[in-house]
Amino acid sequence: MIRVQREDIDVGAALESLAAGNHHIGGVASFVGLVRNIGGADRVSALTLEHYSGMTEKKLAEIETEAHRRWPLDAVLIIHRYGRLAPGDRIVLVATASAHREAALAACHFLIDWLKTDAPFWKSEETPAGERWVEARTEDNAAREGWKLHP
Amino acid sequence: MKLLYFAWLRARIGCAEEEVELPPRVRDVAGLLDWLRSRGGGYAEALRDLSIVRVAVNQDYVGSEHPLREGDEVAIFPPVTGG
Repeated sequence: MIRVQREDIDVGAALESLAAGNHHIGGVASFVGLVRNIGGADRVSALTLEHYSGMTEKKLAEIETEAHRRWPLDAVLIIHRYGRLAPGDRIVLVATASAHREAALAACHFLIDWLKTDAPFWKSEETPAGERWVEARTEDNAAREGWKLHP
Repeated sequence: MKLLYFAWLRARIGCAEEEVELPPRVRDVAGLLDWLRSRGGGYAEALRDLSIVRVAVNQDYVGSEHPLREGDEVAIFPPVTGG
């Protein structure tokens, strides 16, 4: 399931609903991304996330489909926020449910790596030096490419 | 054709979206980016370094040789930074 929203993420409720009613599930893995208060050497007082409505949902659904293709998963949940956020705020929740932990943990890691390079979101940081767009990290591309070796 | 711009490309070009009529010689993504750069100003500045420009046609990532058709939705934006 994919959700793109301005509102905060209720992690407890989301994780509980992921496995609710399916007693085949043996484990739920999750990743929560938060706004940091540092960007490079500067303090960050706020972050604004812009996205390409329509393509965002399409890419997230493709990534979800790819995870299902690679691992035996009972459920996948991706919730990503947009708008202006403060340090400590939740940005993203990725959660997976499976009969066994290996599939749930690996798929969760895969999903956040692919989301970072494929989902059309952009971050702009507010710092004492002014507002600036965050640059993509080459490490993120390397992390995505790493999953090609482990189908 | 509908063009969409995001993040710093939107800021430098000065608008989020526009409808354009392409000259007949513009047949693919590379041609479109060349034509936009030739408009000068914010376009030339935003599209100066194409190594940090991504293009999606009808909401899928494409390369520079991807052909363009009437009615396509073309989005131009920097490498993504979500998550």
